[in-house]
Amino acid sequence: MSIVKLDITKEHCPMTFVKTKIALSKLNSGDILEVLLLEGEPLQNVPKSSAEQGYKVLEVSHVEGQVHKIRIEK
Amino acid sequence: MDTSDIIVALQPKEQKKLSIISFSGDFDKLVATFTLATGAAATGYEVNIFFTFWGLDAIKQKQGRAFVGKGFLSKAFGFLMGGLRSAPVSRLNFCGISPKIFRYLMRKKNVATLEELVEAAKALEVNMYACEMAMHILGLQKSDFIHEVKDVLGVATFLDISEGGRTLFI
Repeated sequence: MSIVKLDITKEHCPMTFVKTKIALSKLNSGDILEVLLLEGEPLQNVPKSSAEQGYKVLEVSHVEGQVHKIRIEK
Repeated sequence: MDTSDIIVALQPKEQKKLSIISFSGDFDKLVATFTLATGAAATGYEVNIFFTFWGLDAIKQKQGRAFVGKGFLSKAFGFLMGGLRSAPVSRLNFCGISPKIFRYLMRKKNVATLEELVEAAKALEVNMYACEMAMHILGLQKSDFIHEVKDVLGVATFLDISEGGRTLFI
């Protein structure tokens, strides 16, 4: 199992989803993706769409200011 | 927002489908097409893009102006239309200056450029199809297109492929 980090705080729609999805597709089953994202649309929709596609959203936590972190297991 | 709400009740859903008829070869409309396509593909949709008429310019292998096509008229048309890199904007094109300004602004504001969106669409395995009839008129062949173009289709097959999902005409 490996942990991969991804920062999408500087990305805009649709690249927030796109980079998350591409990162997830490169992982092996059981690997974890840690994503740093901003509140608003990314925070509302990146975990939601990941879960809808069958990935397991393990944790959503506040980092600082508008930045949040989510942990997704493939 | 309470972040625990986000995790609750998130279950896998049935696969959804978006099919886009990409008719316009305009820069801004292609940005819309590829933004929707990549956003949908990244959120679990099956995505099909059916390129027809001016839309075919977006999937040419030669992205600049080139004499692509069979026969004199087709070659002349192919040169005038160009590829992805020479797509005009639908308003205030100013002889091709505006697309350059748009590209500059998109890079500066960290928004995905048209070329990045197309690359993302390839990476997300968006299904790209070319219209057989428009190719015939313009003297284009499948080998003139990027190899990610899956197939050459007619209306009947496109309707089959898009059935049961949402369809957009851009």
